[in-house]
Amino acid sequence: MTLEFNIRRGDFATVGKASSRIKKVLKQLQVDAKVIKRIVVAIYEAEVNVAAHSEGGRIKATINAHQVAVEVIDDGPGIDDIEQAMQAGFSTASKEVREMGFGAGMGLPNIKKNTDKLSIESEPGVGTVVRFCNNF
Amino acid sequence: MDTVDKYHAIKVNREKCIGCTHCMKACPTEAIRVKGGVAVINADRCVDCGNCLRACPVDAFYVDHDSLEQLSNYKYRVALFPAVMVGQFAETISEGMIYEALLKLGFTHIFEVEQPVEVLIHEIRQNVDLAKQKPLISSFCPAIVRLIQSKYPSLVEYIVPVKAPHDLAACYAIEMLKRQGISRDETGIFYVSPCSAKMAAVKRPMGEDKSVVDGLINMSRLYNRIMAVIDKKEQANTSDLRKKLTLDGILWSLPRGEARHFKGESMAVDGIHNVVKILERMENGEVPQLDFLELKSCHQGCAGGILLTGNRFLTVERLQKRSKRYPVAIRSVEKENNYFYLRQKVKADPIAPGYVFSLDADREKALEKLRKADRILCQLPAIDCGACGAPNCHALAEDMVQGSAKMTDCIFLQNRYMNEKKITIDKAKKNLENTWGKNRFDADCNKKGGRNEGF
Repeated sequence: MTLEFNIRRGDFATVGKASSRIKKVLKQLQVDAKVIKRIVVAIYEAEVNVAAHSEGGRIKATINAHQVAVEVIDDGPGIDDIEQAMQAGFSTASKEVREMGFGAGMGLPNIKKNTDKLSIESEPGVGTVVRFCNNF
Repeated sequence: MDTVDKYHAIKVNREKCIGCTHCMKACPTEAIRVKGGVAVINADRCVDCGNCLRACPVDAFYVDHDSLEQLSNYKYRVALFPAVMVGQFAETISEGMIYEALLKLGFTHIFEVEQPVEVLIHEIRQNVDLAKQKPLISSFCPAIVRLIQSKYPSLVEYIVPVKAPHDLAACYAIEMLKRQGISRDETGIFYVSPCSAKMAAVKRPMGEDKSVVDGLINMSRLYNRIMAVIDKKEQANTSDLRKKLTLDGILWSLPRGEARHFKGESMAVDGIHNVVKILERMENGEVPQLDFLELKSCHQGCAGGILLTGNRFLTVERLQKRSKRYPVAIRSVEKENNYFYLRQKVKADPIAPGYVFSLDADREKALEKLRKADRILCQLPAIDCGACGAPNCHALAEDMVQGSAKMTDCIFLQNRYMNEKKITIDKAKKNLENTWGKNRFDADCNKKGGRNEGF
């Protein structure tokens, strides 16, 4: 089954909706608690990323009996240097975002830490697609 | 005391229950459905928080308990009660008067549960120091432990593996009596419970094999018994019985009572619906940089317990005043030989996660059920009226895929089917009666419920 969520730029009030909903489904599927925890943390980080850094975007989670695969698509501005963005502590977050307690530069590294597979495609000026998945 | 699987302290009196939807809507785990005109509790989901009992307009819920007559089975009879009990009584009633009343009622020994609180503080601190992942969650409130076990299984490993205070206090009382030459066989330990969750925890302990308590007393019943025999002024000096009590012990069951021992790196949340919100966030990894999380199911902690009499805020106020008359707890438990045996007993087994909300153990089947529930939801009105006997449309859809409800349970769908001539009026009436009972829809000016009692 597929679940889709829209995230608007700068709308932190809706951050956490996707992770909470997906979490509920995984619990109903009796997925191991530790697996749920990892993927939920990754999805939450992705939600924060879209709200904090992009022009807005959407999260699509596809769940089958063996894995959950997540696609995070945003409408720009894209990441200039993916390698640099993957480094713990590197952040381009604005002062406003940091004041809200986000933007510590741990987003992408945390997603990598909590997923089995991660790929990032980005085109500056167009947008970014982050894909990750965890097996049950 | 024998322990029972799936035991719950809260029961429904089918005679009293009028089959309204108040409890069903208040339940934090969606454990209640209305069938045949009465509330039915799902034992797998119930965490004994007591919110249904609070919400009920006709007192149809009751809490299982043992009677005081059981006292006569034992030569020595210990009253073990949490400090909040004293906070219920008006300022004109001294703690000495309450103690005397308890002796008059037939108890031979009196212990307040929080006496060995320093052992708990010490053990929790040690756990926090050694923890690989934080925040550690308090194991104090049994309703919360059950909630985490069933609804937040990924967080069970954060629960501090220490015993509940009443269990530790029972061990303490037994040891104190032993030192006076009194054998365990002749002793009955009676725990006075402020809530249904602690009652259920005694009959169905978590993180240990067997509870050491012999009898369970309902605090609101005992309150009435005390008031019936209490003397208007103190006759004897009972202060010796309270000499181990501390300020920290008295405050332990109130909001921040535990968290205040982890200054700066702790947080306290009370009220089970607030706790649910925090646990959701914690699962998302959103509760960072804390050592200790105190979670209590009742607002104002145990002062808001469902078996207390009187107002919770007044109870907190009185207890805070009372605590100031007592010394702070000892900080260095290691040096206290007295506590050596308790420190062996305080450790509890880790708690295993439950998968109560799983739709099916077979994941393919569970997925199919999820898809089916989604399709059903398209048909439901999303009004969450509860007229089907389930708390909301989502819950009804899940009941349907589990085979315990059907499309016609939704009154709006049933109405549509009738208009489309798919079912007869007679059949529709029978369906409604299955949920709400016979004659429920007859005109009756004395019908209970539905009268805005709260306004």
